[in-house]
Amino acid sequence: MNAIAPQEYKSDLKPIWCPGCGDYSVLTALAKALAELGRPREEIALVSGIGCSSRLPAYTSVYGFHGVHGRALALATGLKIARPDLTVLAAGGDGDGLSIGGNHFLHACRRNVDMTYLLMDNQVYGMTKGQASPTTAPDWCESKLTPLGPGVSPVMPLHLALASGVNFFARGFSGNPNELARLILEGIRHPGFSVIHVLSPCVTFRPEQRAWKQAVHAETVPPETEPAAALARFAADDGFATGVLFAGTRKAFMPERATRREWRDYEARFAA
Amino acid sequence: MDIDLSLPQPAVEAAPDGAAAFALAITGSGGAGAMRAGEILLEAASRAGLYGVMTRAMGPQIRGGEAAALLRLSPAPVSAPADRFDLLIAIDWDNFTRFTEEVPLGPTSLVLADPDQGPVPQPVADAGARVLPLPCKALVRKVAGGRANMVALGAAARLLGLPLALLEDVVAAQLGRKGDEAMAANRAALALGAAAELPELPHRLSPAADRAVRWTMSGNQATGLGVLAGGVRFVAAYPITPATEVLEWLAPALAETGGVLVQAEDELAAINMAIGGAFGGVPAMTATSGPGLALMTEALGLAVASETPLVVVDVMRGGPSTGIPTKSEQSDLDIALHGMHGDAPHLVLAPNGIGDCRRTAEWAVGLAETLQTPALVLSDQAMGQARAVLPPPPPATRTPGRRVAEPGTPGYLRYVVTDDGISPMARPGTPGGAHVADGLEHTPRGAPSAAARDHAAQLAKRARKLEGFDVGPDWADAEGEGNIAILTWGSPTAAAREAAARARALGIAVRVISLRLLLPAQPDRLAALLAGVDRALVVEQSHGRQFHRYLRAFYDLPAEVEVFARPGPLPIRPGEILDRLSHWEDAR
Repeated sequence: MNAIAPQEYKSDLKPIWCPGCGDYSVLTALAKALAELGRPREEIALVSGIGCSSRLPAYTSVYGFHGVHGRALALATGLKIARPDLTVLAAGGDGDGLSIGGNHFLHACRRNVDMTYLLMDNQVYGMTKGQASPTTAPDWCESKLTPLGPGVSPVMPLHLALASGVNFFARGFSGNPNELARLILEGIRHPGFSVIHVLSPCVTFRPEQRAWKQAVHAETVPPETEPAAALARFAADDGFATGVLFAGTRKAFMPERATRREWRDYEARFAA
Repeated sequence: MDIDLSLPQPAVEAAPDGAAAFALAITGSGGAGAMRAGEILLEAASRAGLYGVMTRAMGPQIRGGEAAALLRLSPAPVSAPADRFDLLIAIDWDNFTRFTEEVPLGPTSLVLADPDQGPVPQPVADAGARVLPLPCKALVRKVAGGRANMVALGAAARLLGLPLALLEDVVAAQLGRKGDEAMAANRAALALGAAAELPELPHRLSPAADRAVRWTMSGNQATGLGVLAGGVRFVAAYPITPATEVLEWLAPALAETGGVLVQAEDELAAINMAIGGAFGGVPAMTATSGPGLALMTEALGLAVASETPLVVVDVMRGGPSTGIPTKSEQSDLDIALHGMHGDAPHLVLAPNGIGDCRRTAEWAVGLAETLQTPALVLSDQAMGQARAVLPPPPPATRTPGRRVAEPGTPGYLRYVVTDDGISPMARPGTPGGAHVADGLEHTPRGAPSAAARDHAAQLAKRARKLEGFDVGPDWADAEGEGNIAILTWGSPTAAAREAAARARALGIAVRVISLRLLLPAQPDRLAALLAGVDRALVVEQSHGRQFHRYLRAFYDLPAEVEVFARPGPLPIRPGEILDRLSHWEDAR
């Protein structure tokens, strides 16, 4: 089964990420998951938007699309529906996916197309040099743009996804790439839309995130299968529980298509 | 089907210029059934061997607003708006004054109005039209379940010389599902209208001598058919007036021809989904109107930079902002030409008639696939929501189609710089073709690059593939001779053609040049079409003279240029163009 080495899923391009960035380990975990999956590289596509984490496709050897800011999930949805035979993944950061792309996140959860989304969360806009993102705490005062702190409650990706109808939600930590690879693989294999919420520290603008290593804790209880139960269980979630937190049973969305007619049959209907 | 042609006066054969066409309007408050009456009349005329077109004047209300069905019928193909209406049947006058200007009347017009529905509005009286009573509601009171619009329809049929049996057949086909009782009431109401005391019209319509095949379709349906014929099998879109019918027509058609339509959460998602589908190797499109196009412009730039083929249909309406959603205007030309940031060579096409929506949409798919760039197709509400009985449109221009990379191409580079600027596209699933399509500037391989040499090489390549492509003669329609040219585009073309035909009958030689492909511009080709022309009349439906400014930017124009530019929603009428040509000729 595992005929292709993880390294084969990486490209020869050198990432632009800062030394110590969590995203390196996400790349490693992704390559490991794809190697475990064992599909040829050309049968996999990875779509991203804009941001540090959205650079990911260039560093893999699968088909990729590096699109515009916030629209990775929309583009990936179109690709998967047009080409159900492909394994489709999308990747991006907390700003890309939850701010400018927030509407698509909501609708990707409820649409439930069979694809996997790596939400690489570092609670900061890194590429524009350190502004608050939708997951930043209201009292984080290190940005010149919001020197008194953003003053806005952060989005909780788990709660948002559950309320929107997500079919699979796992949380991983870039500092634990083996667990992360397992979660990504599980997400790919789970029917419908899977969110892998990756805590991926930005050591440049959020050096305090080095402490995430001590904060994460593996969830030992099996995942919930009903959204209401999951919302109740994780109502007071600290955001650092890792593992599969929700695994729903909704049928993946894929429109029916048939080939029982030619387009000329439709043209003929206009003739008097 | 044969029509009884035993007329009290000789039938007037329509001249090819459409001058003998008959224009009638049926008006009533929303829900009164004016639109339905118009649709039935158009279909009956088609079955009787006539050609015709029906446009809709209506407000934004879903129910209870004003509505008028505006028809023009002729033995010869006709699609331009009439200079004035020969007949107006008012089921009632509710809110009629909101669109009086859209139903021009004159001393030769006949108005049939229900005297119980209040006085004739002042503008109608001022037009000098002959007003006669047609008490639709009083007459139909005798028929249980009968409707006033059927009385109006019966009267219209009688005046046009359409046999009642034909109308009954069409009513049965369109409304038969409502049951036998309703049909009996409809038949009785039709008969009452036909038996009403009515004058004879100065002329009647005789059916076309030939029994050529005719199609009945709306412009939006024609656009849907065009993209389907062009090979589009993935559509993602968000509903918007007046483009939604393109999508509603495509949804079931795609589902049966191996394709799919996805309703997206917004226009941003719609176009990005379409880009995803096209990247997957499936020709893709989306349809929208001005506000949606504004939202899509960032992703259009992505399609340009990533060299992803894509068709975006914009069925234009009055703008800016929400503007006039239900009425037509040609004011999205500027955003279609120049809306993108960066140097973004792309295709802009415009159908110039209802049937032409079919071929232009298909050609747009072929050009987009061949040149790996987005094609914007500018239709408009006037064409999109008009329904016409017309000759089958000519087939679309052939194109080579998408250049694909073969499996295992050694050293495959997605954005390799080629002489013609076109690089083979690897479809996902192709071994050895994996690459990253990128909106970031990139190297030939597709790796992100901020290097000046990569930017220069890729910009030049993307421009070259459009500039160097031979688009062929179908980029514009050019008809006629002489030193005067009408330069136009889109839906006013029909009025320009009719005006030119009428001008020629008056001894004025006129050419009509209607541009179907607006970008890439074709300066050499237009220069050839304008050889010998020293005066040009530019005709367009925008306030800001957008088309004129486009022509000035890309082309050399004759020394003397006059511009007839008027915003929507009033259509440009043939007589108005003819007036300008005549003035010009008189002044000479």
